Amino acid sequence: MTKTNENIKSDLLARDQERTKERSAKGVKAARKTSLSTKVSKNMILLGLLLFAFVILYPLFWMVVSSLKSYDEIYNNVWGLPSVWHFENYATAWSMGISGYFINSLLVTVVTIVLVVIIGSMAAFTLSRYKSRWIDVALIFTIGGIMMNPQVALIPLFEMLTWMDLINTHWALILTYVAYRLPLTIILIRAFFLSIPRELEESAIIDGCSEFGIYARIYLPLSVPIIVTTIVLTAYFAWNEFMFATVFIDSDVLKTIPSGLMNFRDALRTDWGVLLAGMVIATIPMVVLLIFLQRYLVRGLSEGSVKG
Amino acid sequence: MKEGARMIARRNRMIPALFILPSLLFLGIFIYIPLVQNFYNSFFDFSVFSPTKEYVGFSAFQQLLGDKVVMTALINNIKYAIISVIFQVAFALILATILEDKLFRRIAPMLRVIYFIPVMISISVIALLFNFIYNPQMGLLNSFLELVGLGNLAVPWLGNATTSIYAVIAMSQWQSIGFITMLFIVAIQKIPKELYEAANIDGAGKIRQFFSITIPQVKEALFVNMLITITGSMLVFNEPYILTNGGPGTSSMTLSVYMYQQGFFKDNMGYGSAVATLIFVVTAIFALIQIKVSGTGKDE
Repeated sequence: MTKTNENIKSDLLARDQERTKERSAKGVKAARKTSLSTKVSKNMILLGLLLFAFVILYPLFWMVVSSLKSYDEIYNNVWGLPSVWHFENYATAWSMGISGYFINSLLVTVVTIVLVVIIGSMAAFTLSRYKSRWIDVALIFTIGGIMMNPQVALIPLFEMLTWMDLINTHWALILTYVAYRLPLTIILIRAFFLSIPRELEESAIIDGCSEFGIYARIYLPLSVPIIVTTIVLTAYFAWNEFMFATVFIDSDVLKTIPSGLMNFRDALRTDWGVLLAGMVIATIPMVVLLIFLQRYLVRGLSEGSVKG
Repeated sequence: MKEGARMIARRNRMIPALFILPSLLFLGIFIYIPLVQNFYNSFFDFSVFSPTKEYVGFSAFQQLLGDKVVMTALINNIKYAIISVIFQVAFALILATILEDKLFRRIAPMLRVIYFIPVMISISVIALLFNFIYNPQMGLLNSFLELVGLGNLAVPWLGNATTSIYAVIAMSQWQSIGFITMLFIVAIQKIPKELYEAANIDGAGKIRQFFSITIPQVKEALFVNMLITITGSMLVFNEPYILTNGGPGTSSMTLSVYMYQQGFFKDNMGYGSAVATLIFVVTAIFALIQIKVSGTGKDE
């Protein structure tokens, strides 16, 4: 892959040098002609980009503004700002159930992340460092997991978790979330591990470092970016997952935010301001995560998929 | 010395096995066994809380073939896939190319985050929000249409059998374009800059560069993103379930929602499993088609 790119590069560079000579005269004229039209089309495209940003942002802005309104105002004054800012909507939403859902989501998300990172990175260590027929089989087994989807497994998982007596517990969510996050996590971390130079571990082995030491003291510390990515992707999945959360958890006190919000809506009926406040509370952690860890997310995504 | 070397060799064989065992157990128990179990269940008639299963052979599959709702659901899933490929793959690739262009270097980082925000938000929040947007009395969409003088276009988007599925699909596009755009941005960033510089010197325009450099260079990402989008569309559950629960009637039914309704509401777990098997087969077919079509590009 990189080799072909090298070839293309050197080919093109050689061609450049030839072309630059013959081009210099007619290029200047062409450049002047395109600059005006690019300016116009640049502004048109910019307008489109901003319009699209507006389409994305306005509903969210509306959600925040309306969460501070009374029912009457949401109904009768759709576009305006609230005449009285009902900040108490947030306190009401929090005390009326969102706090419980929030804590449940936090618990499930954190435990899922810890398990995914530990189990996933350990598997990736084996899959990146060892070669044998069994390792190949394990790799195919892992990659195949990406193709499997929770929808098809819903009814059997429900049966299985009932049989294990785990239905209607947080474990029902944690165990299934971990399982469905593992394939992608392992593949991302494995790709990253493969890029770690072998010389590093060779010198560690000479220094008497154990296999576990190589994993814990060399591979993990070097892989912080991809692990942060794993954390962000897993947090996002566990915080927002809806189907398992709805089907596997029945009791209201155990529900996580996505399924809890549905109960919340049914309980509130027309108290829209409070419902919208609950929706905003549910959203804040993920948007904060995006804003602060965006760099890790993008960097990790690109590095993880080098040899996917 | 020799003894020591053998010790390391043996230890080396144990450690990798121990390291990979937990994940193999997780995958085996919670991903692969349920898949097999689902095939098995398709041949039985049973309900949620009765432990006895009655063998019925292929009758669930026969029922499946004659079920009009399955047909409606399948067509809805296909509509979902087609529209999603247009917006989330084609449009997102163009969007990513524009955002990575030097011309928009200043504003691109901010726009990237803005477009990505809906991706991070829980589907239930998004669906509840779109309930407000599509609301026939006070909804933002109809209010907006009236504001710009198109009030006669206003319909109860979710309550109308002809528009409900499109309203659901539109919400998905709004939420997911940012995700695929981000994946394309990552792919475009890996294209060697020299290719564009050389093309510039050769006098190739932006559009020419898009078709001759960007698309061939991100072919693999294009393949992966298309696969993600199509299988996602064939599996879609949350959006129709929350917004319309498949209604009105069965107009916005999808296969997954139907599977859920049969299994958990009508308590036909066996028939629900047969629908799940159909979902599996359909997604597997799409995956195979994708691999076949794009296979030639994958061997380099």
